[in-house]
Amino acid sequence: MIVAEQKPLKEIINMVSPFKKLLIVGCNECVTVCHAGGRKEVEQLAAALSMAAQKDGRPLEIKEVTLERCCDPEYIEQVRPFIDQYEAVLSCACSVGTQYFADTYPTKWALPALNTSFMGGSLAQGIWAERCAGCGNCILHETGGICPIARCSKRMLNGPCGGSTGGHCEVNPDIPCGWQLIWDRLVALGRIPDYAKIMAAKDWNTSRDGGPRKIVREDLTI
Amino acid sequence: MKTESKLEKILESGQLAVTSEAGPPRGAEPEVIRKKGEMLKKFVDCCNVTDNQTAMVRVCSLASCIILKELGISPILQMTARDRNRLAIQADILGAYAFGINTMLCLTGDHQSFGDHPTAANVFDLDSIQMIQGVHKIREEGTFMGGAKMTVAPKMYIGAAANPFADPFELRVMRLAKKVAAGVDFIQTQCIFNLDKFAKWMQMVCDEGLDQKVHILAGITPMKGLGMARYMKNKVPGMDVPDEVINRLKGVPKEKQADEGITMAVEQIQQLKEMKGVHGFHIMAIEWEEKVPEIVERAGLLPRPQVD
Repeated sequence: MIVAEQKPLKEIINMVSPFKKLLIVGCNECVTVCHAGGRKEVEQLAAALSMAAQKDGRPLEIKEVTLERCCDPEYIEQVRPFIDQYEAVLSCACSVGTQYFADTYPTKWALPALNTSFMGGSLAQGIWAERCAGCGNCILHETGGICPIARCSKRMLNGPCGGSTGGHCEVNPDIPCGWQLIWDRLVALGRIPDYAKIMAAKDWNTSRDGGPRKIVREDLTI
Repeated sequence: MKTESKLEKILESGQLAVTSEAGPPRGAEPEVIRKKGEMLKKFVDCCNVTDNQTAMVRVCSLASCIILKELGISPILQMTARDRNRLAIQADILGAYAFGINTMLCLTGDHQSFGDHPTAANVFDLDSIQMIQGVHKIREEGTFMGGAKMTVAPKMYIGAAANPFADPFELRVMRLAKKVAAGVDFIQTQCIFNLDKFAKWMQMVCDEGLDQKVHILAGITPMKGLGMARYMKNKVPGMDVPDEVINRLKGVPKEKQADEGITMAVEQIQQLKEMKGVHGFHIMAIEWEEKVPEIVERAGLLPRPQVD
C-alpha cells in the first residue's frame, strides 16, 4: 500500500489560513490503513483546525467527507454537488488523491494534509516500512524475494557494499542491510551460486527515468 | 599488456607495487595537490586521487589527476557511481584518457548521508561491478556501454576495491570473483588491521584461484594515535580494528603513539610481503601523506622499480 503520514499540524494550519470555507476529504484506502488520512484522522484534523482558527480569531467553516477511494474519478465526483460552497479542498488522501482533486476541480485549491512517503507494509502495530520503489521491472525471483532497489540504500544490484556491518546498513544501524537479507535468503533456499551471476546495468526506463508512466489495458477500456 | 598503465607494467613484471593516495582539498587550491604529489613522487608507483571522499565535496578527481600527471606522477582516477550516471561516467573516462590518464578505480561510493550534503540526490545508476563491466567493454570492444562504437576507445587499467572485513564474510570472496568476472585488473583492499581475518580471506581467494586472475594490493593505514584507532573501530562502517591494536597504542605515551602507528604499519607490510596473492601495497595515510616516504623506506620497498 501507499504509506503516508500527516504533515505537522502547524504546517497545515499555515496552509489553510487564507481560507474561510474548507472541505476536508479523507480516503478509505491505504491512508486509512496507515492511520494517516481516514475518517478518524479527518475528524481529528477538522477539530484541531477549528480550534486553531478560533484561537486566532479567524472564521472557518469546515465540511468533512471521507470517500471510498480518492484515486478514482467515480468517487471524486461525489463531492461535485457541494464543492462550490468551499474555497479549497484539504486532502487527507495520498498525493495521488490530492492531484485528482486538482485535476477534477480546476478552480479549487487542492491542499495536501499528508506527506506521501513510500510503498510498503506494516511490520507491527504503528510501524510501516518501505518494500518497493516502483521501478517497473521486478527481479525478486533473482534476489530471494527481497528488493535491492528499495532495500539497499545504494540500490546496488551486485551488493553488498563494503559498509555492511553485522547485518546493518552503513547509512544507519537501524536499517537492515538489504543485501545481507538477500544473502541470508539465498543461503536458506540453497541458492548460493545465484549470487555469482552478475546483474547487468539496469534499464531504468521502466522507472521514473522513462518519464511519467501509464498502463493501458485495452481489454478493460470501454 | 592491455594498457599503457605504469601499474600494469610493474604488476605484470612480478614486482611488488606501491600505491598511495592524495585526497584533494576542499577549495580551489591546486598547490595542495602539487605538494602532496611532490611528497609522494619518488616513493610510490602510482597515486590514487579520491573522488569526493566520504561524500565531502573536494576538487574533482579528474582535475587533480591532471595536476599530478603534470608532475610526472601516474595517477589513478577514483570514480564513484554515487555522483554520476553512466553518461557522466563515460564522459569523464574519455576526458581522463584524453589527458593520458590510463588507470582508474571503480567504486560504488560512500552514501551521501556521511558527507556535508546529506540532502543531496544520489545517483547509483550503476554499482561498482557494473562500472567495471562498462569500462572493460569500452577497452575490449571499443564501444560505449550503450553499444555504439567509439572513435577512439580509452584503454583503462581497471581497478576496484575489496573489503574483506565487511559482512557477510562468507560472501566477500564471491563478491571479488564477481569483480574479476566483470573484468577488473587490480584490487586495492580496505585498510587491514585484523591480519588474521585478512589471511583467512586471502587463503580463500587463493583457493578459488583468484590470485592468478587479479593483482591484489593490500590496504595499509597508519594509525595516528589511540583516538583515531577508537574512531575507526567504533564509527567507520566495515572497518575491523581488533582490541590488540587499541591496546598496543594504549600501551605507549600519547606523544609516541604516532611513531608506534608507523611502526605497526611497517610491521604489517613486512608480514604481508610473505602472504601468497599479495602483489603490492596501497598506503592510505589519510591526510598524513608526509609519512608515506618513511613507511615505504622502513618497509624495504625502495627504490621503486623504473619502467618505461
